[in-house]
Amino acid sequence: MNKIIEKVQLAENVYKIRIEAPLIAEERKPGQFVIVQITTDYAERIPLTIADADPGQGTITLIFQVVGKTTHNLALLNKGDIIENVLGPLGRPTHIEKSGTVVCIGGGIGIAPLHPIVKALKQAGNKVIIILGARTKELLILEQEMKAVADQLIICTDDGSYGRKALVTEPLKELCEQNPKPDKVFAIGPAIMMKFCAETTRAFAVPTVVSLNTIMVDGTGMCGGCRVSVGGKTKFVCVDGPEFDGHQVDFDNMMLRLKAYQNFEHKAYEDCRLENEIAKKTGGESI
Amino acid sequence: MSYLPPEELRAQAKQLYIQLKGKQLTNKERMHIPLQDMPSQAPDTRIKNMEEVTCGYSKEQAYVEAMRCLQCKKAPCVAGCPVRIDIPGFIKAITEENFQKAIDIIKKDSLLPAICGRVCPQEVQCQAPCTLGKALKDVEKAVSIGRLERFVADWEREQGKVSVPAVAKSTGKRVAIVGSGPAGITVAADVRRHGHEVVIFEAFHKTGGVMVYGIPEFRLPKAIVQAEVDLLKKMGVTIKTNFLVGRTRNLIKLLKQDGFDAIFIGTGAGLPKFMHIEGENLVGVFSANEYLTRANLMKAYDRERSHTPIFHSRKVAVFGGGNVAMDAARMAQRLGAEVVNVIYRRTEKEMPARAEEVAHAKEEGIVFHLLKNAQRILGDEQGRVKGIECLSYELGEPDDSGRRRPVPIKGSESYVDVDTVIVSIGNDSNPLIKQTTEGLEINKWGNILVDENCKTSLDGVYAGGDIVLGAATVILAMGQGRTAAGAISARLEAR
Repeated sequence: MNKIIEKVQLAENVYKIRIEAPLIAEERKPGQFVIVQITTDYAERIPLTIADADPGQGTITLIFQVVGKTTHNLALLNKGDIIENVLGPLGRPTHIEKSGTVVCIGGGIGIAPLHPIVKALKQAGNKVIIILGARTKELLILEQEMKAVADQLIICTDDGSYGRKALVTEPLKELCEQNPKPDKVFAIGPAIMMKFCAETTRAFAVPTVVSLNTIMVDGTGMCGGCRVSVGGKTKFVCVDGPEFDGHQVDFDNMMLRLKAYQNFEHKAYEDCRLENEIAKKTGGESI
Repeated sequence: MSYLPPEELRAQAKQLYIQLKGKQLTNKERMHIPLQDMPSQAPDTRIKNMEEVTCGYSKEQAYVEAMRCLQCKKAPCVAGCPVRIDIPGFIKAITEENFQKAIDIIKKDSLLPAICGRVCPQEVQCQAPCTLGKALKDVEKAVSIGRLERFVADWEREQGKVSVPAVAKSTGKRVAIVGSGPAGITVAADVRRHGHEVVIFEAFHKTGGVMVYGIPEFRLPKAIVQAEVDLLKKMGVTIKTNFLVGRTRNLIKLLKQDGFDAIFIGTGAGLPKFMHIEGENLVGVFSANEYLTRANLMKAYDRERSHTPIFHSRKVAVFGGGNVAMDAARMAQRLGAEVVNVIYRRTEKEMPARAEEVAHAKEEGIVFHLLKNAQRILGDEQGRVKGIECLSYELGEPDDSGRRRPVPIKGSESYVDVDTVIVSIGNDSNPLIKQTTEGLEINKWGNILVDENCKTSLDGVYAGGDIVLGAATVILAMGQGRTAAGAISARLEAR
């Protein structure tokens, strides 16, 4: 039973919720995630990264984007509502060390899990250069929070509505071409973005950490649904990750696996969106 | 053996019951009493629903079956039972039609008879050495001990006669149990009886471990597992779900900071094995754990209400020959697959699955490919499974497990057209507790090392079930749970 203490909409379809989870707040470290299930009986379990935590208040902050039925239903909840099941913190925490200059790239909703990592890297004494990417200005999240910790902040939008009109790989390549080149790169975002970030840094041999968000059921190693191929070996994102050496991950296979239930999910989301539309129009209760 | 509907089996038994009732029989006469088949839903009906396949004995069937027992002095069945239930004793009570006495005898040694009666592999345990089976030269003709156990356990539950075990006066000592599967439930009940405070930590949102996420409703109704869990709650056991020991809190903190005097680790073998063959990460390849968890725990079989998706399969291949493989195959069929193939590299004789499950699977039309093993999984251009390539095998010399080693036959490649592969070749031990608990010793397979009292290398920490044994059975987990519980209570009382 985890009560929602605060809910804020950050962008179109992007929400921030702060929920009661005292044990998770106490234990969690940057890079870790939780599994969320809204109700026990028929709801789905989905992994969400922990964006922040306040052990004093006993709360954790989750930032999510509405992409399907479950996140849609999650977005319908309000302050005071209950999420029945939250399990965590899961996954291995980020390995934080002083490397020197670290470039941290966040794309879309991936900016949320990047934030605690950036803070920890800064605290460990690194020079932190942050590249944030979004499709358009309205979808960019956590700009101020990132600005507060960054030694340098570069913003890119696909449509040029804010910052540079570029993909994040463009400034990344420029940074790699400088002398000295960055000592380490963290990239969190859509699989395709992480793939091309890893491709970009490979040529410069800059170690690149990516954080994977795959399909999961239990999040404890039991189901193996989250498996990815890393350096030719099968790894479980939930217990071996979520962070891996980006140069070793088979992103193409991962992207195919992410689409395993696409038809089902699309239909479920559409059905549920329509139901809610109808409910709104007829003045009935939304589900 | 052809299918007979439950009414017919029960009617036959009624006739026999009238003939046999109150009679003193010689052993020879007992040997001639026909084995009582387990009534079950008709195969073509049950593959369209999730309800339990078997219906259980009627009172008369139980009586007739119990009359087959020779009550032999040496009772080899007891030695075959991992928890040494007084089998001739409880069977005798059934012939006296004193079912309360029968269940009381069982419960002295087994806490979960309704479950074990359904899922134990009796034909390799209690029923294997049965004198009657030996005399009739067929282990399948042994006394149906498991069915009788189930009968009296169900009778007790249906009568509403399950009593809450007495709990001794509070000792003020606290015991943490990690995992709510059969081992954990057993330890919880036994330790609680001694008056210790018990807290079970379960990672999932529901209690019961493999009995709720793994074993399907059609083989073990969840209401039965829930009844056992409810009983624990009535005894005053606290259950904390959504709590992953090793992550939500580590084991050492439970012991050093949270004031637990002892801990039992019963986390199961939760890390599915894969074959490490080409194509195993294609879309449409699942571990049996994932497939069954989606279907059972997440109720994906209820496509109307469940939000958890499950693959719509037309042609399925299941790799493996254990109970989990049978469960996955039969589940796939119930979820609408047109053809379900079981690929197993030995023969039916070596299959680790319970004989009844294999028989049921065959009745339901599951196709068995014996002495075959997949050597690669083929995908289409979208990375989805389109078929498997198999090799034929023959049996060679016995291996370490005592089973004859399967040897591939060169050039025997064959192809099976499938869109889904379910890998069901067992589990490795989950490394999480080991990774987060300093000083806990494990063997090379990652199983926790314990002594004869199920005590680990850490003081106050005990372990049992699959995390110690590797993938085993409910009854073995329960047996270890009893041993650990005894040692924990002895330790706490000595302090």
